[in-house]
Amino acid sequence: MTHDGPQGLLISPIRHGTVIDHITAGQALNVLRILGITGTTTEEVSVATNVASGRVGRKDIVKIENRELCKEEVDRIALLAPDATINIIREFTVIEKKGVEHPHELLGVVRCPNPGCISNTAEPARSRFIVVPNGLRCHYCDWLISKEIAAHIL
Amino acid sequence: MRHIISVRDLAREAIDGLLDRAAEVEARQYDPNLLRGRILGLFFFEPSTRTRMSFESAMARLGGVSLNMGSVEASSVAKGETLADTIRVVSGYVDAIVLRHPKEGAARLASEFASVPVINAGDGAGQHPSQTLLDLYTIRKSMPLDGLRIGLLGDLRYGRTTHSLAIALSLYGAEIAAVAPKGLELPSGIVQELADRGTSVAEYSAVEDVIADLDVLYVTRIQRERFPYTASYLDVASSYRITPELVGLARPHMIVLHPLPRIDEIDPRVDALPNAKYFEQAHHGVSVRMAMLSEVMG
Ligand SMILES: [Zn+2]
Repeated sequence: MTHDGPQGLLISPIRHGTVIDHITAGQALNVLRILGITGTTTEEVSVATNVASGRVGRKDIVKIENRELCKEEVDRIALLAPDATINIIREFTVIEKKGVEHPHELLGVVRCPNPGCISNTAEPARSRFIVVPNGLRCHYCDWLISKEIAAHIL
Repeated sequence: MRHIISVRDLAREAIDGLLDRAAEVEARQYDPNLLRGRILGLFFFEPSTRTRMSFESAMARLGGVSLNMGSVEASSVAKGETLADTIRVVSGYVDAIVLRHPKEGAARLASEFASVPVINAGDGAGQHPSQTLLDLYTIRKSMPLDGLRIGLLGDLRYGRTTHSLAIALSLYGAEIAAVAPKGLELPSGIVQELADRGTSVAEYSAVEDVIADLDVLYVTRIQRERFPYTASYLDVASSYRITPELVGLARPHMIVLHPLPRIDEIDPRVDALPNAKYFEQAHHGVSVRMAMLSEVMG
């Protein structure tokens, strides 16, 4: 559970679920997108953006009721918010706290921006990107996504 | 199972091994029955007669047989079958697949569905590793690959052969000079990737400014359709033309390469100079492809 800022004012504590803290300011909505949480899904979600924080200046926080993020989901977040911390909550208590790790590759997360890429055809090719030092490289066509990764999320 | 899809997959040792093998083949140190009883499937979803013939010749010289898919119009592809399905089916007919396809990454996809080795013979604007191995082989015939200063000239944006060659040469500590018309420069992603591999790229606007420092000048075709007006194409084309006078500014050992066909990027008078290696380069195609075939099937 986060103790930055007055508790209960921005977002109330949750009973079961996940709190993603220290998200890079402004990335909260992209974090939700990368997790596949949209207006049509049923999770109860609270978002706080540009919260003052000693550690990263400003940060975003996302709380998702009744959902515990798995490792693959956590690692996807690393692309957008490398400093994020994940708190798994049960009965109002943090039972697990973890940082995010850069995954080696991303399956089915981003769409290749190259219109000539085989992954953008009717072929049974699932989007697959290798995480490289300066971005993401398409496993099929070698296209490099070096900025605005969020804009390419499927 | 061994596929040859992209030069990015090849470590320096693997490239050296293939080039050594090609050298043995050229010296006629190979078993002409090595691939006897084996069948090579040639799947060309876009035409490239010369590449196809060079693979067919390589297979025949190793005692094997080639099967050609025939024209796309007459095949199941015309009925809308996916490449993945085609590859799954034909894997049962042949011992290795050579694929040329208009979509980038097609060969990688094919390798995931094939039960036999796949060799990429060009995928759209993407990879064409047999051309790159051929380029490296030709350079190595004239000089060691280590620490080369190579000039890449022409359409460096769409010219896939220059990208693959630059990536491969980064394994050998090359220095790269890029000379391209405005709008056809090396893509920033490639420049960045080369930098990550420890290879710097210096850009020049005129080949005269750098030719005296080069070991290799790699010339590519500038396609007319990349230019909105014929006049601007002609201006560019004339300033990128390699002449004997230009080659005269270079050091005597500098070699000129071109993946062919050339249109008028190289003055025919250059052909007679000892620096001109582009026809020799084309002749090495069969040896290099024999090395590739024996690597994946031998
Ligand atoms: Zn791609």
